Amino acid sequence: MSYLTTKDLTVRLRNGAPLLRKVSLAVKSGEVRALVGESGAGKSMIGKAVLGILPRAAKLTGGEILLDGEDLLTLPPKQRRAKIGAKVALIPQDPLTALNPSRRVGPQITDRLVDILGWKRKEAEDRAVELLDEVHIQSPERVMRSYPHELSGGMRQRILIASAFAAEPKLIIADEPTTALDVTVQKQILKLIREMQERHDTALLFVTHDLGVVSKISQSLTVLYAGKVIEETDVRTFFAAPKHAYSRALLAATPKYTDPDGSLMPVPDSIISEVEQEVAAFDAQLKR
Amino acid sequence: MRDARGQVRRMPGLRLWLSGSWLLILILAAVFAPMISPHDPLEQDLFAARLPPFWQQGADPAFLLGTDSLGRDLLSRMLYGARLALTVALVAGTLTCLVGATLGLIAGYYRGWADLVISRLVDIWMAFPPVLFAILLIAVLGTGLTSIIVAIVVIDWTRFSRVVRAEAMSQGAMDYVASAQVAGRSRLGIALAEILPNVLPTIVALLTLEMGIAVIVEAILSFVNLSISTDQPTWGGMIAEGRTSIYQAWWVLVFPLAALFLTVLSFSQLGEGLKDYFDPVLR
Ligand SMILES: Nc1ncnc2c1ncn2[C@@H]1O[C@H](COP(=O)(O)OP(=O)(O)OP(=O)(O)O)[C@@H](O)[C@H]1O
Ligand SMILES: [Mg+2]
Repeated sequence: MSYLTTKDLTVRLRNGAPLLRKVSLAVKSGEVRALVGESGAGKSMIGKAVLGILPRAAKLTGGEILLDGEDLLTLPPKQRRAKIGAKVALIPQDPLTALNPSRRVGPQITDRLVDILGWKRKEAEDRAVELLDEVHIQSPERVMRSYPHELSGGMRQRILIASAFAAEPKLIIADEPTTALDVTVQKQILKLIREMQERHDTALLFVTHDLGVVSKISQSLTVLYAGKVIEETDVRTFFAAPKHAYSRALLAATPKYTDPDGSLMPVPDSIISEVEQEVAAFDAQLKR
Repeated sequence: MRDARGQVRRMPGLRLWLSGSWLLILILAAVFAPMISPHDPLEQDLFAARLPPFWQQGADPAFLLGTDSLGRDLLSRMLYGARLALTVALVAGTLTCLVGATLGLIAGYYRGWADLVISRLVDIWMAFPPVLFAILLIAVLGTGLTSIIVAIVVIDWTRFSRVVRAEAMSQGAMDYVASAQVAGRSRLGIALAEILPNVLPTIVALLTLEMGIAVIVEAILSFVNLSISTDQPTWGGMIAEGRTSIYQAWWVLVFPLAALFLTVLSFSQLGEGLKDYFDPVLR
């Protein structure tokens, strides 16, 4: 059964320009689904729509978001926020700005346990230490007393991962969690997320523009272009035989691990214009 | 002291100590003025007019910093003048900060129509030359301590709201705010617990700067005789009087001017020092 389902999710700018075009996707309980697309495709926008943190300039104009079978958009705002807070967590893209620079790390992990779930502060702190241990941070007590700027980027991302898993959410949305890190750290963090996801049996929506990462972490994937779902399938089928021409081009544009220096084909213009036409046709059909 | 990465921390700056000491002395002087003043600041003695400060020839040790053209003791007048200067600095500075920073935080974090209204107001405010604005306000409100304070708050809140708005806006776009939202924190909670601590160093620097500005504004208004009743000693009033007898008795002008200068300088230096102190990254 899928834990998160969006049906015909439509997000527009205030001036009416579409950012998400009837996006339907599903993440099953305990499953990792990758969300792939080039920069500006609307990957983060999907995450933000689900989490209820769309930027002011954007507006959800249609569709449904079902979380654990319950339609979030029909809930009153307060209940919706409480539900999202209790069931969903976010691993943000940039560990540099994802921790508040003027607050110590500890309270930033325990806040949600105390505020949302009503834990006692002491319990929450014990839990935080346990989690930091789980993400392989040495001397967690000291780290909890530190300010973010005293820690390395990789360490901060580990803290954010620990923090995301703290309240045992059923779904985690990871928005390019490794993009801001350097390559060696990227691999460790990816492994860590995967490890934590399996151990806690959490559904994961993993946003990335790197198909190379997809095969390592996810079971299924959704390809997005200009806010429209281009292809939705499981990883094995996708890498064996992508259906859509754009997906094939995207795959050809990704470095192979067997041949990292092999020649790469950027997505050809002919294919871009083909998808553009498809999107335009889709828009025209919606208007009618 | 070393931080977590083993780097040596900066010592609290010398300027923090110097400016802090001067302001502390001034506060003590203002509070205890009635006890430590050697003379009644209003007492005139025409036989002791224009006595020079103690190290000069013809000085009277009873008048340590000399007397003005009416024979009033300069030191006593400056001590009493400090009371008004500091009252205005602390009260007007704090009130201006509260009003301006609150509006700036609302505009920068809540955005929307509140931001529209506040930003438009700021634009309109900026169009007035501040000194003229102050004199106009005093003309309407009448002279007196309350009027000075109200005038400063009314004129200078934009100084805070502009800067705080810009900072709140850039902080509001950070991922940690998104995380707090997802975690279910209320908007007010985020504004106070997440955004405010990051804007605080700037607010503190602006606050002390504003206190210095308040001292100047009070001096200017006293200088043009618009501050409070004329018989109460003020630094600005003393400077105005001293200006007329600069060639016969320079000290009547120079001492209050020096006190004014040091005080304004100390406030701004204190702000810079405290800003570093409040900033976790620099601390
Ligand atoms: N605050 C905003 N105001 C207006 N438009 C925005 C805003 N944020 C994003 N957009 C637009 O929405 C579209 C989708 O943006 P989104 O951030 O979801 O892209 P993305 O797929 O996550 O890209 P990236 O890989 O670069 O993160 C883009 O065209 C972008 O210009
Ligand atoms: Mg993005």
